[in-house]
Amino acid sequence: MILTALIFLPIIGGLIVLLLPRGREAWMRWTALAASTLSLVLALFVFVRFESGTAAMQFEEARLWVSALGIGYHIGVDGISLPLMVLAALMMPIALLSSWRAITARVKEFTFSMLLLQTALLGTFLSLDLILFFVFWEAVLVPMYLIIGVWGGPRRAYAALKFLLFTMTGSALMLVAIIVLYVQSGTVLPARTFDLTQLLDLRVALPLQAWLFAAFALAFAIKVPVWPLHTWLPDAHVEAPTAGSVILAAVLLKMGTYGFLRFLLPLFPDATVAFAPVLAVLAIIGIIYGGLVAWTQPDMKRLVAMSSVSHLGVVTLGAFALTVEGLQGSLVQMVNHGISTGGLFLLVGVLYDRTHSRQMDDYGGVAALMPQFAAVALIVVFSSMALPATNGFVGEFLVLLGAFRANAWYAVAAISGVILSAVYLLWMYQRVMHGPVRAAVRLPDMSRRELLTFVPLVILIFVIGLYPGPLLSRSDASVRALVARVAEARERVESLSAMRELRGPGDGARGAEGGR
Amino acid sequence: MLPLIILAPVAGWLINGLFGGRLGKTAAGVVASSSVAVAFLLGLVALRNPAVWHEGWTVSVAPWITAGGVTVEAGLLLDRLSAVMVLVVTGVGFLIHVYSIGYMADEPSVSRYFGYLNLFIASMLVLVLGNNLLVLFVGWELVGMCSYLLIGYWFTRPRAAAAARKAFVVNRIGDAGFLLAILWLAAAGGTLDFTGIARAAPALAPVAVAGITLLLFVGATGKSAQLPLYVWLPDAMEGPTPVSALIHAATMVTAGVYMIGRLHVLFEAAAGTVWVVAAVGALTAFFAATVALVEWDLKRVLAYSTISQLGYMFLAMGVVAMPAGMFHLTTHAFFKALLFLAAGSVMHALHGTIDMRRLGGLAQPLRWTALGFTIGALALAGIPPFAGFFSKDLILEAAFARGGSGYLLFAAGLVTAFITAVYITRAVVLTFVVPAPRDEHPHEASEPMAWPMVALAVLAAFGGLLGARVAGAPLLRALEPFFAAPPEHAAPVLLVTLMSVAAGALGVATGWYAYRRRPSETLGAVGRFFGRQWYIEDVYQALVIRPGHALARVLSTTVETSLIDGAVNGIAAALGGAGGTLRRLQTGYVRNYAAVILLGVILVMGYWILR
Repeated sequence: MILTALIFLPIIGGLIVLLLPRGREAWMRWTALAASTLSLVLALFVFVRFESGTAAMQFEEARLWVSALGIGYHIGVDGISLPLMVLAALMMPIALLSSWRAITARVKEFTFSMLLLQTALLGTFLSLDLILFFVFWEAVLVPMYLIIGVWGGPRRAYAALKFLLFTMTGSALMLVAIIVLYVQSGTVLPARTFDLTQLLDLRVALPLQAWLFAAFALAFAIKVPVWPLHTWLPDAHVEAPTAGSVILAAVLLKMGTYGFLRFLLPLFPDATVAFAPVLAVLAIIGIIYGGLVAWTQPDMKRLVAMSSVSHLGVVTLGAFALTVEGLQGSLVQMVNHGISTGGLFLLVGVLYDRTHSRQMDDYGGVAALMPQFAAVALIVVFSSMALPATNGFVGEFLVLLGAFRANAWYAVAAISGVILSAVYLLWMYQRVMHGPVRAAVRLPDMSRRELLTFVPLVILIFVIGLYPGPLLSRSDASVRALVARVAEARERVESLSAMRELRGPGDGARGAEGGR
Repeated sequence: MLPLIILAPVAGWLINGLFGGRLGKTAAGVVASSSVAVAFLLGLVALRNPAVWHEGWTVSVAPWITAGGVTVEAGLLLDRLSAVMVLVVTGVGFLIHVYSIGYMADEPSVSRYFGYLNLFIASMLVLVLGNNLLVLFVGWELVGMCSYLLIGYWFTRPRAAAAARKAFVVNRIGDAGFLLAILWLAAAGGTLDFTGIARAAPALAPVAVAGITLLLFVGATGKSAQLPLYVWLPDAMEGPTPVSALIHAATMVTAGVYMIGRLHVLFEAAAGTVWVVAAVGALTAFFAATVALVEWDLKRVLAYSTISQLGYMFLAMGVVAMPAGMFHLTTHAFFKALLFLAAGSVMHALHGTIDMRRLGGLAQPLRWTALGFTIGALALAGIPPFAGFFSKDLILEAAFARGGSGYLLFAAGLVTAFITAVYITRAVVLTFVVPAPRDEHPHEASEPMAWPMVALAVLAAFGGLLGARVAGAPLLRALEPFFAAPPEHAAPVLLVTLMSVAAGALGVATGWYAYRRRPSETLGAVGRFFGRQWYIEDVYQALVIRPGHALARVLSTTVETSLIDGAVNGIAAALGGAGGTLRRLQTGYVRNYAAVILLGVILVMGYWILR
């Protein structure tokens, strides 16, 4: 019940907001904040009560929904979804607080969209039924599309449509793959089903498995986004309002990387083993490419957006290193990216609210005028650069170690991202914060409300950086189970190819003939 | 006990960071200084634990990272090696904190300064006290961050801001190598704590040992400003002068030397790597000394001098005379800090003037500063009985004793010793001796600035006793059990000593005669070559920075917008076109649909029949 409650509390708040009379904007804001915070409290409760040491689903709820089609309302949380659930619950109150003064038009619609978004996001991370998952996954698109398209910047229509078309393309193929899985499930299981935990017993034959893998991978890769499918992201970020950017970067992109771990790896382990090098290489290209492109951006939001491409390359690399360290690091790095990139977008938002400019050239010497802001920005920037003692280091170190174990050259190539992140982030920090003060602009330091949005982020930066134990231990068992599942497939693939070699080259072709 | 050594400066940082505004300037400095004094005293008390002198005193603080095959604990280790570093860092650090009270008295945001300074001391203590490589790396990166913050302390000056960023980015390049070494070690050896590494070292493949140590040394060339990554240190002089003394001379930049000493088991097993370390050290020592010879900015002379002296330390580590390297680290901390503080006193008296072409004649008005600087200069020049003589001499002996390529290293060290004596004499002469017209009347430093200089002058004058044979060499004796027994090559001690003293004395004399008349240009074309730092910065510009930025620009304009986004928009346009064509099929006439269905049925049937 508790998971259902934390998923649907926000949207109940949203319905209340809809009933409130226009002109009561403050009530709407407070209702939304209360509903999303309540959801966060429940999420934290689940985190605390979560039992580590087991890979099993916890707080599970399973009910038949459409029994004729084998669709169930099946939700649950394990070590992989737990951190993302908390992240999704945490970022929404922060985003709402950040939009307190920035959003003044159509507050009712805005808060409703945000709350719908939170329900959809939490549902995506907690669903264990493919149709349920798909419904939530698609439900995320609508409010996000509106948030960019209605409350966005001058090119919002283009950006919103681009966002929608990209992700719809991916999800359409995923839906086809889900239906194929459903049909396949009838061959092995007692009844056809969309239930993930049952589908795990299904082993699809390799050629088909590869196609299904490709369909799921494309949907997730667009969402992450994996290079070269990333071009929707900078446009969406630049046009989105601050709150939208924060949720987009911190939570929405994780739907893709979460999808890798939740669906792609366990459902298609043989194809994963075969295609992991491809995705790892794309991830590494993204790390370097994103860093280099970020370096030349004059627009802060575009810079942070490109840095996301680079950082999510790290997350993706960790996932497809297929080692325990890599996957753990990937998971930690998902949370970290939410915290630090979410923080970076909040920082840009604070400046944007004062000057309505995102161009670095319009700033200079801000640290002298806004010392508190400069201190917070410094912490967030160093966290994004993965400085030791901040959260970023723990995740990046584990990803790099996992990658090194998979293939030392992955780590060698990816480590250039460590250098590049210092290059572009400090370049931005210097151009905005340092140098002579521009006297033309009036820049009061942060208000208490603005400071409050950063407090949880800064605390988490240091807590995860210094004491990641509670996070790592909770995900340990689930990650190990997942890696074991993939390793099993690897052994299968390797013994198969060893057998082929023993039988000689002609046999493979004949085997394929016989299968027809 | 051990955590308290680190927590003392952390407390100072927190007090200054949170309540600094309400403290008042002197109070901020007093809080910061006393927190470091407490750390120093705690360090002394900790030495009474006998474990320090045997296997080392290990304190595990908390579990840190546990995932998959790695378990990293946050633990501290005080042994013979870290004890030396703790005392140098907190001892010299304390003196420089006190000096800062006077030096920074006119600055508006003193508490920010002292907060950063305390944070630096704490980070440096994490670096030297960490009981595993990852904790060391935490300190390693945090001191880099503090260095960034302090170089950029006057961040509204574009040059300071740029220098801070440059320092961090160049260090990050070295750190990437360091991090790779850590990954390799974790993957191959399975452990990152120092005792575990020592145990695992013999089982490591020679390739792994060579690769890991070389990558570690890449990290050292960044942090300790060796060729080719030295470029950030001269620019770092944009920071306040006490910062240059503390971070960019006495402590942080020696971290690379300490790291090699800490992992001596690995380096001793990597013959190829230590050869590279020695060669890079000797070359850097020589290179930086030549630049110092023609530099006009007094602080930059000292910066290049630091790079050069760090080169000596790496030379010592490379010929596996590690106690000698640590000894030179210690004496260098004394005399180079003294030189920087004296230079700061000059700057303070002349409102920031540091160009030696505009200095001169300061021996009279700044009598004590001049005396301090001269003592530091003599120690640097290797004139007995000042501190630098003993440690440098020991390094030259060790190089000579190596034989073979060691003779070359010895020769480089000897020539560098001569150049060193010349450039520092030049600095003394141009700053204090030659007369200069001046309207203002410079005043000697205030007391908080004077006393630390006195203390450091005593240490620079007599610190050599720590390693002098006549005094029983207590520092060397304390360190020798930690390292492996040195190779049994006896050097002709007397000959080496004579040559080293001669090089120093000759250099001082040369410097005196060459510069007492203030020549406007020195060394002609060779001097211009030295002055351009052998064109190394230009090579970086041409081969790394400009191509890198050009690539980034091409990616973000052509590739990103035209190629990738263009392809996406192209697909979208093509789909739109296809949609338009397909739309024409949807005529809305049932008979057309029926015809198409019929055609489809015929095709499918035909396929089934003909199959």
